[in-house]
Amino acid sequence: MSLTDTSARRAPAARLALPPWARFLLGRLGQAFLVMALVVIGNFVIMQMAPGDLVTVIAGGADMTQEQMADLRARFGLDLPLLVQFWNYVAQLLTFDLGYSYRMNAPVWEVLSARLPTTAALVVLSLLFSVTIGTVMGVVSARRAGTLTDMGINAVALVLYAAPSFVVAMLLVLVFSVKLGWFPIAGLTTVSAGYTGWALVKDMAAHLVMPVTALCTFYVAIYARLARSTMLEVMDQDYVRTARAKGLSETRVIYVHTLRNALLPIVTMAGLQVSTVLGGAVVVETVFGLPGMARTAYDAVFQRDTTMLLGVMFVSSLAIVIVNLAVDLLYTVLDPRVSLK
Amino acid sequence: MSPLKPNRRQILAGLAASVAIPALPPLARAQGSATLTVATGPVPVYLNAALSTGGGEAAVSGKMMDGLLTYGEGMSPEPQLAESWEVSEDGLTVTFKLRPGVMWHDGEPFTSEDVRFSVMEVLKVFHGRGRATFANVTEIETPDELTAVFKLTKPAPAMMSALNAQESPMLPAHVYVGTDIQQNPANLSPIGTGPYKFVSYAPGETLVMERNPDYWDEGKPLIDQLIFRYISDGSTRAAMLETGEADLVGSSQLPTIEILRFQSLDGFEVNGAGYEHTPSIHLCDFNLRRPQWQDKRVRQALNFAIDNKWVAENVWFGLASPGTGPLHVQQKAFYTTEGVPNYDIDLEKAEALLDEAGYPRGEDGWRFSMVIDAVQYGEEPPRAAEYMREQFREIGINAEARVNDFAAYVKRVYTDHDFDLTSYTASAGADPAIGVQRFYWSKNIKDGVPFSNGSGYASDEADALLEAAAIETDLEKRKQLYADFQAVAMEDVPVIQLVYDAKKTITSTNVKDYVQGALSFFGNFADVHKDA
Repeated sequence: MSLTDTSARRAPAARLALPPWARFLLGRLGQAFLVMALVVIGNFVIMQMAPGDLVTVIAGGADMTQEQMADLRARFGLDLPLLVQFWNYVAQLLTFDLGYSYRMNAPVWEVLSARLPTTAALVVLSLLFSVTIGTVMGVVSARRAGTLTDMGINAVALVLYAAPSFVVAMLLVLVFSVKLGWFPIAGLTTVSAGYTGWALVKDMAAHLVMPVTALCTFYVAIYARLARSTMLEVMDQDYVRTARAKGLSETRVIYVHTLRNALLPIVTMAGLQVSTVLGGAVVVETVFGLPGMARTAYDAVFQRDTTMLLGVMFVSSLAIVIVNLAVDLLYTVLDPRVSLK
Repeated sequence: MSPLKPNRRQILAGLAASVAIPALPPLARAQGSATLTVATGPVPVYLNAALSTGGGEAAVSGKMMDGLLTYGEGMSPEPQLAESWEVSEDGLTVTFKLRPGVMWHDGEPFTSEDVRFSVMEVLKVFHGRGRATFANVTEIETPDELTAVFKLTKPAPAMMSALNAQESPMLPAHVYVGTDIQQNPANLSPIGTGPYKFVSYAPGETLVMERNPDYWDEGKPLIDQLIFRYISDGSTRAAMLETGEADLVGSSQLPTIEILRFQSLDGFEVNGAGYEHTPSIHLCDFNLRRPQWQDKRVRQALNFAIDNKWVAENVWFGLASPGTGPLHVQQKAFYTTEGVPNYDIDLEKAEALLDEAGYPRGEDGWRFSMVIDAVQYGEEPPRAAEYMREQFREIGINAEARVNDFAAYVKRVYTDHDFDLTSYTASAGADPAIGVQRFYWSKNIKDGVPFSNGSGYASDEADALLEAAAIETDLEKRKQLYADFQAVAMEDVPVIQLVYDAKKTITSTNVKDYVQGALSFFGNFADVHKDA
């Protein structure tokens, strides 16, 4: 990928022949490659710096002898020089093999592919709900700036902003599961029920309500504040006054002329949310016992399961690179002044 | 053949009956106990406790596999796969008569060859404690399919306390012979003779087991489906239990404060029975490699500075009893306080001992500095370390407390030996020879091996007593040997015992009969059932 990129730069003729979007994409691929390389090296080094290894953890719970531990290290390849271990891992990665987790006794990809959908659902749903709810709150608050409604919304946003997700998660469990019994607490499905089809979808939805809510609250506040301030700013612009002077309805002025322009910072924030929400997902997946990727990463750190952690980091940074690419493309759609250069 | 043609309804009814009746065991249906869900923490590496002594393995393996014996109250051996057994006078031959007609989950018969294979080729080789438990077993003879004769070089009384399913499960030879035992797929989809059959396992999420309809103990188990859900957060487990999403949490796998809450909550039961086989102690190892800890007066002084009763009441919230010596109070046959030096709190005596040992208070009021290294494994070890820090400061020792995650702790203590005093919890074993000896025996000072003799304590007197007790077949003589050992250990104090853990099972009150003698959470759950 990067080779094509550099050769394109070296030959001016070829570079000129490429349309701007292709050059943009190639540049992005080069960047992505660099990011992934840094992620892999960084994680490998950090995990090596942590005291103890996977065998220490396994042996710690299992009364092993020195010989048994040495056997395990040899079996896992942990007795090899660090550079060899690193090279083996990279070589594996280049063949799209994420390696084998000896802690989970399964190939990393097998575990992650089972857990990726849970985290993806959490991230996508929380993104969707927080952007929608937050923006609506912001718009309403901007239109009624200075009124009681505005102050009410601001107060709610402030509370949501200040409440850490683990506190929200615990409160949700306490109120909606323990006291009211509306939603199940842990996992993604009711294991013993063995639902299929629609019943399964409904069951999963019921399991996801609280985790998604816990993950949303903070971002709802951010979007509400962001939407409010940019809306207020845009509403003062000349073209908005022109639109009003043309005799357009207030709704049309707000939703077509103003909101579209106010959306740019929100889209930027949404791109950032995808990358930061994984941190929040660790907490939410832990509290709600969800079999997701974020918790897998967290557990892998304590288990010194380097291959598993690298696998999670690799897959999630790939996802973040893709999302950022999508955000950049979305800019060009929202604002014609932005072009792919 | 019959001239009367049955109509469609009769055929359907007949079909329904033939399908429905065998599918639901009558007892289970009567009690409405279809599914029992356990919320648990430690995720097993294998589902086979023959390969690992980890807590995750111990909790599930025995549900699917049987052992030769099980244990009643007071650790009295009771038949499981062995119907009867006989130990020869000299203790060098142990003969097991096996239960006839027992089938593996795949339909093959269970025989004495399975016993020989499991002990000689798996437990003796791969099991962390098995190597020691079966060290004296040189051969197992199989004169017929239902007789297994263990031949020993020296008597091994502790072995008779370690033959239950959780500690020494029996594996199917026909599945394992000729394979790479650690890589055998049956380790993650066990084929046993136990009350529950393996159905599915999503690593780190859910283990599903179902009733074994052909279990040799007829009519058991009483549960159709047994589910273990792996939930890493203790408070979440508590909430699941409270809402009925889970029925049972074992081995005190809840935050202590939650256990106290369930004790006073209607509809729930907190039960301490059934942990005799797995007693654990909260320990603090001195690092005898450092000069100031080599003087036993200094070690005694620190022990005098600690109020174990206060620790049991306030750090463990009363869910533990104060430690008095190396053996757990539940090791009833051998535990004693008679003739064992007593360390009730006495700060003056502690200061006097330190002065005497040549560590007077300096101008700044401190005698010397130290760090207490706690393992982050539950909340208590770090809290206990904080308590000790304050107590040691009282007697002029500038103490700090430091918390290490599990891997870092194991490396610091057992590989790097970079510590002064530790704070951790460990099993005392079903027998002192299995769980206690390892912390005191000089031959168990092993670099890099977790929970070996971490202090580096080496005493000829203690070694001799431990080695003699390990092979003494006469119970009275064995008691005396362990009594003498307890006195020596508390005179030398290489290790401080803060408290003896009192493990609890927490259930909703409709869950019954999960305690089977010396076992409960780690038992086989063959009797457990739920009242409607």
